[in-house]
Amino acid sequence: MNAISYNFAYLDEQTKREIRRALLKALAIPGHQVPFASREMPLARGWGTGGMQVTAAVIGRDDVLKVIDQGADDTTNAVSIRQFFGRVAGVRTTTRTEEATLIQTRHRIPETPLRPGQIMVYQVPQPEPLWRLEPSRAETRRLHALAEYGIMHVKLYEDIARHGRITLAYDYPVLVHGRYVMSPSPIPAFDNPKLHRSPAIHLFGAGREKRIYAVPPYTDVVSLAFEDHPFRPWKAEAACALCGSTDTYLDEIVIDDRGTRRYVCSDTDWCERRRAQGRPV
Amino acid sequence: MSEPALIVEGLAKTFTLHLQGGVQLAVLRDLSLAVFPGECLALVGPSGAGKSTLLRALYGTYVAQAGHIHVRHCGKMLDLASADSRQILAVRRDTIGYVSQFLRVIPRVPAREIVAEPLIHRGESTHAALRAADAMLARLNLPERLWHLPPATFSGGEQQRVNLARGFIVHYPILLIDEPTASLDPVNADIVLSLIAEARKRNAAIVGIFHDPAVRLRVATREFALAPLAEAA
Amino acid sequence: MTETPLLRVRNLSVRFGALAAVDGVSFDLWSGEVVALVGESGSGKTTLLRSIHGFIPPTAGSILYRSDRFGEVELTHLDEPRRRLLARTEWGFVHQNPRDGLRLSHSAGANVGERLMGAGARHWGTIRAQALAWLDRVEIDPGRIDDLPRTFSGGMQQRLQIARVLVTKPRLVLMDEPTGGLDVSVQARLLDLLRRLVAELGLSVILVTHDLGVARLLAQRILVMQRGRVVEAGLTDQVLDDPQHPYSQLLVSSVLVA
Repeated sequence: MNAISYNFAYLDEQTKREIRRALLKALAIPGHQVPFASREMPLARGWGTGGMQVTAAVIGRDDVLKVIDQGADDTTNAVSIRQFFGRVAGVRTTTRTEEATLIQTRHRIPETPLRPGQIMVYQVPQPEPLWRLEPSRAETRRLHALAEYGIMHVKLYEDIARHGRITLAYDYPVLVHGRYVMSPSPIPAFDNPKLHRSPAIHLFGAGREKRIYAVPPYTDVVSLAFEDHPFRPWKAEAACALCGSTDTYLDEIVIDDRGTRRYVCSDTDWCERRRAQGRPV
Repeated sequence: MSEPALIVEGLAKTFTLHLQGGVQLAVLRDLSLAVFPGECLALVGPSGAGKSTLLRALYGTYVAQAGHIHVRHCGKMLDLASADSRQILAVRRDTIGYVSQFLRVIPRVPAREIVAEPLIHRGESTHAALRAADAMLARLNLPERLWHLPPATFSGGEQQRVNLARGFIVHYPILLIDEPTASLDPVNADIVLSLIAEARKRNAAIVGIFHDPAVRLRVATREFALAPLAEAA
Repeated sequence: MTETPLLRVRNLSVRFGALAAVDGVSFDLWSGEVVALVGESGSGKTTLLRSIHGFIPPTAGSILYRSDRFGEVELTHLDEPRRRLLARTEWGFVHQNPRDGLRLSHSAGANVGERLMGAGARHWGTIRAQALAWLDRVEIDPGRIDDLPRTFSGGMQQRLQIARVLVTKPRLVLMDEPTGGLDVSVQARLLDLLRRLVAELGLSVILVTHDLGVARLLAQRILVMQRGRVVEAGLTDQVLDDPQHPYSQLLVSSVLVA
């Protein structure tokens, strides 16, 4: 194994430069999907290769990397991606949000408020918010170009007609900088407000779909809604069984065969440190 | 006497039947007449003389091959023979009414709405137009239970009374009438004749076809004779 | 009465290779007027309709449209954003097959509401109320507002498409054989509905039909098309009762009278 050596952060410099160009364009046109030549990574597409390519393109030797999957630092996917960059880039890794300069994530934004200088990298399965509404990709591009977003509300309209409220709980579409409708990747709607005027940089990579998009710092990110049905993200009416938190996003866990449920913080780092500060239940 | 409401000069109408090898059927040739406000001109002549053809040419339904049809419309004379579609539609809305021999039934539209339509078309409110339609249908003795039904299933006489009500509901300056009493009983025929008399009194110029000599004698102030043209191919 | 037509079509041609589907057609459409394009299949009437709407680019000629928003515009040179804005606000297109004009996997209410949302409506209650009112207006039970149109009969689907098109109160409506695929009894109901809506809303309509009865009922004027050209134009009763052109005479004489 020692005989094989990789370029820093696995991808060759030319590829990383190309991805950075796409990232710069994406930052210049917030919410707009920029095509890029998605490369093969040493894991299957659909497992976060888009996020990994973005991470590889922006990571530097001084960066401190955190990887989370569904809010947890210790799931298989998070552990392997963290180890991967530890090996191919030799960077420091961490599980603590405020220590990290670069956070690759699937499905969550950390509960700890982000600070200026931090970069969030999202793994995106489906970058096109209109994909279930308009089957033609040529047409969705035209709809974005002309900002014709009437059909986006069709989905929300029907949700209210059927359930009396918007029940869309994740991948909730947002309007970025008053211009482009964007899929915030499958983060819970609960996390959408964290994107609004966030001091961090948010980069989104869809490896299989070959698209990159971004939200620069301090950008307006508004969740779509109706005047008489404003955006109200869903959250479990419970407290974390471990740290007692009531204002964080909770995972529901079935703990026995009789369907007994327990709720715990989805953000494991936040939960552990709250307990360490002596605030257990 | 006042100025004519309608002047026809040198009118010619020939039908070219392209599907029958281009046969030419000449029906009217060099026909001239004038109709004054307040008179009722009866077109007379044997069947095939072109009475109905003339009436339809005066309404703009048939295209004249030669000649003029000057109509007093909004204070000016307008030649229908050379007018464009929009002008003819305006003349039909405001100046010339046409009571055909048979009602053209519109599926699902009730009798009173068919009658009220010309008034609504002229800008009358729907409510007022329907009230006027009801009054007109009542005057023509159409049973009230029929007012809200589409006339498709009505008898010939009932349909004709709907048609007459529609024709007389607007006070047109010029009225073209084709056999108004043909399918009516004497009582209703009498009502139609008084409607015509009233139209004359308000100075309408009327051109009509009345086959029944007794009827013609009562309403017509003048007759205009037409004869079939000799076949000239 | 306004002094300029709503739409002025001049020498419009649409070629597909060597075939001139539409060949030098000119006509005016005035505000509040219904004009029928009649002719048999292949005469170019649908191609003409589709090129006026912008579905097919014309090869030559001009189309002047008097817009509420933009004043007089030349449609053959209009940029796409403005053309699409007109298409979803000032115009409506009624397809022969309602499936081409509806979103079948979305509810009836969403189908009607989409045009409103596309025009910027963002109050759910208002959109819902307008959708309910329009379903009622086109004689669809408002209780079916949340049902999918694929559970509707053909006649209901066509009426739903009409509600979806008319909800934004367009000025110009292009209809391609709107009663085409329907049973006769269903057709009569739809025709009556169209007749009333056209009068109530003061719509200007170009109606493509091969059914002269439909033209007689709805249109003030008729253009007869043959091989891409308009061979006769005139008032509906004139064209149908005293057709001048050999082809018009053939069309009129081919109608079965029940």
